[in-house]
Parts: sequence; structure tokens; C-alpha cells
Amino acid sequence: MPAVTETRETVEKLAKSSYEWGFETDIEMDIAPKGLSEETVRLISERKGEPQWMLEWRLKAFRAWLQMEEPGWAHIHHPPIDYQDAHYFAQPKKKPGPKSLDEVDPELLKTYAKLGIPLHEQALLAGVEGAEEQRLPVAVDAVFDSVSVATTFRKTLAEAGVIFCPISDAIREYPELVRKYLGTVVPIVDNFFAALNSAVFTDGSFVYIPEGVRCPMELSTYFRINARNTGQFERTLIIAEDRATVSYLEGCTAPQRDENQLHAAVVELIAMEDASIKYSTVQNWYPGDDEGRGGIYNFVTKRGICRGARSKISWTQVETGSAITWKYPSCVLAGEGSVGEFYSVAVTNNHQQADTGTKMIHLAPNTRSTIIAKTISAGHSDSTYRGLVRMQPKARNARNFTQCDSLLIGDQCGAHTVPYIESRNMTARVEHEATTSKISEDQLFYCRSRGLSEEDAVGLIVNGFCREVLKELPMEFAVEAQKLLQISLEGSVG
Amino acid sequence: MSTHSPVTQSSCPALEAFVARAAGQGATLLENGLPTRRVEAWRYTSLRPIADTAWQAADVLSPEVVSALLARLALPETGARAVYGNGGFLHEHSSLPESFSPDAQSLSPLNGIFSATLNAALGEKGLDIRVPVGEDAGLLTLVSVSGGQNVSTHLQHRIVLEDGATLTLYDVNVGDGRYITNPRFDIVVGKNATLRHVKVQRESLSATHLAIISADVAEKGEYDSFTLNYGANLARHEAVVTLGAPHAMAHVNGVQIIDGQRLNDLTSMIHHAAPDGSSRQTVKTVLSDAGQGVFQGKILVDRVAQKTDGYQMNQALLLSEQAQINSKPELEIYADDVKCSHGATVGALDDEQLFYLRSRGIPETEAREILVRAFLIDALDLVADEVLRELLLRSMTS
Repeated sequence: MPAVTETRETVEKLAKSSYEWGFETDIEMDIAPKGLSEETVRLISERKGEPQWMLEWRLKAFRAWLQMEEPGWAHIHHPPIDYQDAHYFAQPKKKPGPKSLDEVDPELLKTYAKLGIPLHEQALLAGVEGAEEQRLPVAVDAVFDSVSVATTFRKTLAEAGVIFCPISDAIREYPELVRKYLGTVVPIVDNFFAALNSAVFTDGSFVYIPEGVRCPMELSTYFRINARNTGQFERTLIIAEDRATVSYLEGCTAPQRDENQLHAAVVELIAMEDASIKYSTVQNWYPGDDEGRGGIYNFVTKRGICRGARSKISWTQVETGSAITWKYPSCVLAGEGSVGEFYSVAVTNNHQQADTGTKMIHLAPNTRSTIIAKTISAGHSDSTYRGLVRMQPKARNARNFTQCDSLLIGDQCGAHTVPYIESRNMTARVEHEATTSKISEDQLFYCRSRGLSEEDAVGLIVNGFCREVLKELPMEFAVEAQKLLQISLEGSVG
Repeated sequence: MSTHSPVTQSSCPALEAFVARAAGQGATLLENGLPTRRVEAWRYTSLRPIADTAWQAADVLSPEVVSALLARLALPETGARAVYGNGGFLHEHSSLPESFSPDAQSLSPLNGIFSATLNAALGEKGLDIRVPVGEDAGLLTLVSVSGGQNVSTHLQHRIVLEDGATLTLYDVNVGDGRYITNPRFDIVVGKNATLRHVKVQRESLSATHLAIISADVAEKGEYDSFTLNYGANLARHEAVVTLGAPHAMAHVNGVQIIDGQRLNDLTSMIHHAAPDGSSRQTVKTVLSDAGQGVFQGKILVDRVAQKTDGYQMNQALLLSEQAQINSKPELEIYADDVKCSHGATVGALDDEQLFYLRSRGIPETEAREILVRAFLIDALDLVADEVLRELLLRSMTS
């Protein structure tokens, strides 16, 4: 079977291809000493100029974290993480309060340029004033290491009444909102990594969409880990009031480095009556070298609650990066007739490990959820879909449909499916199906016989395999996601 | 994946009694205690109902009790028969060929599976069967009757089919009273051999049934099983089937009918450890009242097990407001050239189907019965032996 052999060879070739976006920016940093203690938590809170209640909240989380154990149930293996051997606060040194991008460190802007982020307004607008509205622009709240450096489009958003700012600003400027919602979806004691995040989170985004407002643009944040040995602990909080609509995009790349970096973000979404939140992620952190050394450890807690009737939360993710991905974006469907969606593509290669999936908790009548998870494993990687669908006694006429498909490329990788289905209501209906296979020789042969090269054929088949998920991404992301898929499976996918 | 090893539970009367009964090495087997629901393999099935009782060794059943229990059963008229009462072999009710012995050697505990550990610690001698090369041993009916209060039995059966041998085992479990049965089957299926294992679990509604089956299947061998879980207050039927040579095959099918406050659990692990194996699994569960159903089915495909063909389907039908189903179909796959799939559905009876039958003049109760039976018959039809299928159907409807 030459086709198979060739595919394997190309995948092996890919293993040798280096991480395209691995570079490091030489920039002055303000770094807290290594280690994690109450002192670290106090230092972070102080540097952020936080009110007393926030410090207490963090300390409560830190004390809870000390009592908790790292979870061991996921299908992942890694050397023990030394939580004392990392910096918990790193901030690019800057002049106090840059009012415009001209004041921003040029090194920083160069980094963004390499990533292709349309941060600079001149780049985005090509010097044309008022082009904002015509081009359906993307608002970028860029996180450079731990601190948001610049936020664009704040004015346009403010006119619509939308609040979109770094969460540390929100804590200072809208304390009543933050205090009311922070930790209500992911409680500080939810899990080990969420507790850690609650104690030491340094930045992230805060979004508030008032009643009846359709957010005038896609909101996006680019996370980027830059400083050596700094863990990143973003905290994102998105609130959509009655009849509000928002689409939020999150994308990640990180420079190449030797040591594993811990990343433990928490994202909380709250949708009120008839509100709709769409949260899309493209994750492309450094996965480690061919031997699996040096990649990012990504332990994320993402959860949304549909509080109001007919509200909707939709998660879409394309996961190609990180040495370890531990991530279960979930929906709590508490409002009658609310809808939860989860669309996922997870690609693993070399020695990457991904244990990802979702939880759909149906609490109310007539709630609906859809789960589409596509997993592609190559090289020596392991990929697991782990999902929970729970129908509570009050979830009358609730519906769930789940489809999990796994594609294996090469005989040294693994693909696993672990669904949990729990129903306590007879009128609720749950359907689950899963398949595991390799790229079919028939399909390959068909494409080849039409004159496609092996690489193009595999690319076509993989794109078709992921199509149901990719089409859920906003336009801006769909292109990037396709590119990422190609890079991740370079060689085999053409 | 988390480990399956039990975690220590603070001292409980059941554990203390088991340890006291187990001699020497047996006691050390139990040092991890009873698994709690924090152990992944037991997350849906709580052993709490047995924890507070100091389970004792069972007394010999009186002939009257045995006869009364046997009289309830419809058993095949042909074939060999072995009857055990409270763990003891009952010669007067049995008819075994000379090559079959009722006294098996003690069996090793299966690593980390609690039902096997408990059985190894307290094991009682069960059937020892070896079907010679190429022989068709026909049908063997194994009846285990139990009775008494707060007693437990732990039979150990060993069944070896040499190359090309064939055997059909009809495994019936009944009883009266509050007891634990904890049978273990250690099964070896040789090259081109076929074992059909049809089991009926209709224990007393106060009983606990913890069965553990391990089957190793050789080249082109076949382990074809069907289990009816329709009894006991708490029952777990657990099967670990290893397809260790090319072209081996496994069927682990079952039906669970759960009413009252009962919990029935069907847990299986099909381990494809060699190329070209195939496995098929269909499990159907019907729940009414406040019944709780559990299905945990894992298909593990090793890196060497290329060309594996695995299929698993599990469906649950909920007929009441309080019924509850927990289902975990699991694929763990390390080989790329495989075809593995699973499907699961949970829901109530289809209103449209019901309406169709009612519109043909069939009363609602009867229409429901027809639909429930139609739901179960898919799984039952997988039992090849017609006589046994008929007996199963009678067990399911009585």
C-alpha cells in the first residue's frame, strides 16, 4: 500500500518541520520572583491596583487551591508540574498609560506584525477614516504576556453601550458588575486549575453587552505567551443581557522555547433571556519539538450558563497547538428552551496530547444541545474526546445530538472517545454516535485518479472531515483555521 | 484514564467480615477496601447497599428450598446439568459427564477489578470444564440457587475449550432472601473453538449479584455471550474479553430490565490485542419505576491490533419519570487501520409509533408492551440457540 507508506512519510516529514511562529521578542519585563504564596497573590493584586474585596477573593481561592489535588483522570501524561518554579506575574515595562499606539514599545508592535494581527489602526484602515463601519472590523484587545497593552475600537463599542476592556480595568471601573458575575459560572473551588487561576489571574477580557444590543463588531483577543517561565492565567468574563448578541474570537500563538509552560485560563459566559453568545477559539500554542519537549501545558476551564429563556451559547474551537490540552468548554442550560452548541476540531501530532470535549447540563425543559467533535491524530500523539450529556429531572423534552469522529494518520497515535450519558427524564432524548477510522483508501484513490497529488487529496479529505465545524467559525477565523490545519498536518495534508 | 484500583474506604462491617473470612493472602487482597463512587469504574454503581452488613458464609440450603427454587425455573430438557446451592455442588440435581469436574482450582484475582478481588479472596470451588480438541460438548446448564439472610457465596468456575471445541453454557442465577452472589468465570477459548454463554440473572429482589467473567480467545476462536439482567437489588455483570490472537471474535450482548428501586449494571471491556479481530455489542435497557440502569462498555484496541472491526450499540428506554440511565460507551484506540464505531440513544417510547398502533385499535397498555418487546427483540435475536432464546423470552415476560 504505497499510499499509506507515503502518508506516513509525509507525516514524519511534518514532524521535522519547525514551528513557523516560534520567535521570542526581546523586551523589557517587570517580573515577579518565582514561586507561589500568599505574598505572590498580594503582590499581583497590589500591582493591579485592585480593591480589597478582589484581594480577599483571590486569597480565598488560593487557600482553597492549597487544599486541592491536581486532577488525574484525563488521558494525559506529563512530568509533575512544579508550581513554585514559575513566575506568576510578568508585565512589559511601559511608560505610564500609553494614550496612543505611538507610545507602545515598537518591539511589541513588531511581534504583532509577525502574527499578522490587525492591531494598528493604520494597518487595518489603510489610512481611511470612517472605514470602521464599512469593513465590519474586528476589535482587538491584545494580551501581551499578562497585561493588555492596547485596546482598539473602544469608542465605537462605547457608543453602542458595549463594555470591552481588560478585566483588570473592569475590576477598577465597573466593580459592581464584576463582583456580581465573577466566579458565578466557574466557582473558585470548581477544580484545581480554576482555583489556581482565581488566585493569580493577571489579565483577560471583560465584555458586557447591554439589553437589546447587538454588538457592532466581532470581539477578539490574541493571547500570546512570551516571557520565559511565566505561566499565563487569563480570566475572561462575558455577559450578554436580555436580547443581546455577541461573537467573541480568541486566537493564540506562542514563541518556541525549551521548558513547558503552564497555562490555566478561565472563561465564564452568561447569557440572559434571548441573548446569544458565540465564542470561537483557534489555539496554536507551541506544541513542543518532535520529541514533545517544551510545549505549552494548557489546562483551561470554560463554561457558559444560559440563564434566560431561549438564550444560546455556542462554542467553536480549533485546537492544533499545545503539548497538552485539557479543556472542556461547557454549557449549563438553565433557561427554558435555551440552546448549547459545541463544535470542535482537535489536531494532534508528534507527542501532543489532547483531552478535550464538552459538558451539556440540561436543567430546564425544551433545552437543546448539539455536539460535533472531530479529532485527528498523527505521529505519536494521543487525542481524547471526553464529553458529558446530563438530562436533569426537569429537562422535559430536552434534546441532545452528539457526533464524534476520529481520524488516525499513522500507526503510532491514539484516538479515544469517552462519552458520559446520564438521563433522569424520560421525555429527554439523547443520541450519540462515534466512529474511528483512517483515511479511506477508496477516497484517496478516487482523488488521485482525478489528478490530485497525494498531499492535495489528503488535504481535501481532512478539510471535508472537519467541514461541519469549520463552517461554524466566523469568516475572519475560518481562513486562519484552515491555514492552521494545513500547517499542523504539513506534508500529509499539503 | 484513572486507575481502576479501589480506594480505601473507612472501615465498614462488610469489609471487616470479608477480611475475617478470607485466610492469610486473601485478606491482603482486600486491603484496598470497597471501591467508592470516586473510583471511575464504580462512579454510577454504589456498593453502599452492601457496606453495612457483616456478610457470613452461607449455610447448606435445605432440599425443600432447593426444590422450590428449581421448580420456578424453566430449564432446557437436554444436555448436561450442574446445580450449586449456596456455593455447594448438589449431586442429586446434577448430571455431569465424567470429564467435567465440579471442583475448580482457585483462580487469580484480575488486577484491580473489585468483583474479581473479592472472589479470589473468598473463592469457593465451582465448575472445572475442559472440552477436548474438536469435540462438541453440546449444552451445559449451570444453575446457581441461593438463599438465606446476610450471606455471600463466591463460586469460581473455569471453562477451557481446546482447539476446535464447542460448548453452549446456559448460566442461570436465582434465589430467595438477602444475599450476595459473586461468581467468577475464567474462560479460555482455543483456536477455532466457540463458546456460547447465555446468562440469566434473576436473583432475589433483595440480593446483590457481582459477576465477573474473563475470557481469553485464541485464533479464530469465538466468545459469544448474552446476558439478561432482570433481578437483584444491585447487580453488576462485568466481562473482560481479550482477543489475543488474529481473527478472534467476541459478542457481548445483553438486555437489562429494571424496575422498582433496583440498579442493574452491565460493564464490559473488549480488548483487541491482535490483528483482524472483530467484536459486536448490543445492549438494551428498559427502565421503569425508580429503576437505575448502568452501561459501561469499553473497546480497547492495541497498536498491533490492525484491521480491527468493532461495533457497539447501546440503547435505553425510559418508561417512568423517576427512572435513570447512566451510559458510558468508550473507545480507546491505538491502531490506525481500524473500523470502530459506537452509538447510544436514550429516550422514551415514540409517540408516533404509539399513535400508529392505537389508531389500529390496539389498547394503549398492549401497544406499549408491543413497542417495548420490539425494542428488546433486536438484542434477543442475537442469541443463536432457538431453545435458549425461547427460554429467555419466557424469563423476560414472567
